[in-house]
Amino acid sequence: MISRLMRLMAVVSGAMAALMLAGCGERPQVIDYKQGKYQGKPDEPPYMAAPFNGNKDQWERDIRNRTQSQNEYRRIGS
Amino acid sequence: MARMKFLCDAERCIECNGCVTACKQENDVPWGVNRRRVVTINDGVPGERSISVACMHCSDAPCMAVCPVDCFYRSEEGVVLHDKDLCIGCGYCFYACPFGAPQFPQAGAFGVRGKMDKCTFCAGGPEPDNSEAEYKKYGRNRLAEGKLPACAEMCSTKALLGGDGDTIAEIYRQRATTRGKGSEVWGWSTAYGRPEAPTPPAAAPGGKS
Repeated sequence: MISRLMRLMAVVSGAMAALMLAGCGERPQVIDYKQGKYQGKPDEPPYMAAPFNGNKDQWERDIRNRTQSQNEYRRIGS
Repeated sequence: MARMKFLCDAERCIECNGCVTACKQENDVPWGVNRRRVVTINDGVPGERSISVACMHCSDAPCMAVCPVDCFYRSEEGVVLHDKDLCIGCGYCFYACPFGAPQFPQAGAFGVRGKMDKCTFCAGGPEPDNSEAEYKKYGRNRLAEGKLPACAEMCSTKALLGGDGDTIAEIYRQRATTRGKGSEVWGWSTAYGRPEAPTPPAAAPGGKS
């Protein structure tokens, strides 16, 4: 009986020790920074989402037209 | 498409702060943060000049160089953006920036530094384009809608130009060569009259003045 109890205690203490040791496992808590390189989330180009859905030419055309609308010599005429 | 840039025409800026208001409204910029502001040189003195200043989206941005956590990136269009999830609010970028563009929201009575906030050229950030998360963190992504920054598009005198650097430089060049310089500047004689112009006849009594 006593030997069985001793064995049970040994198993429990062994399991406890293993459980406590698991807490000591060291995982990196910070991002591994690489000097001079962007570390954040990737960003997609502005023409990928709706309404352009990847149509880069259309997006560039729209932006060019918007830019030229700031030129009153062209918008109104000189 | 080349690089996106801002260009402010000091001859046209009338210090109305419309660009500042447009930016605040469009991007829901928090209290205490000014992504754009108008700087006036020789304020109140004849010949004063005003220019609208924000992040200039430098080609070799010093903020990118000094950031200890490398949270800055440059988009395909040359817009300097940053990831607020990485930013630690250290303020190095503020010291490095010659334009004072990086802003830090003040939270609490003691002004605790928050994550850096700056002009995004209305291009949002690294969250999915036009998502709620992007709007909350960075403001509206007008570029993804095929529009230019709100400040430039709202400018009443078109002093602030925004867009492809080569194109806006060409617009400015055409302006500068058309309007001349000094008293030849377009509108000068309209506003102040020519010295050689005859004095306008006095209004007839009872007539409209």
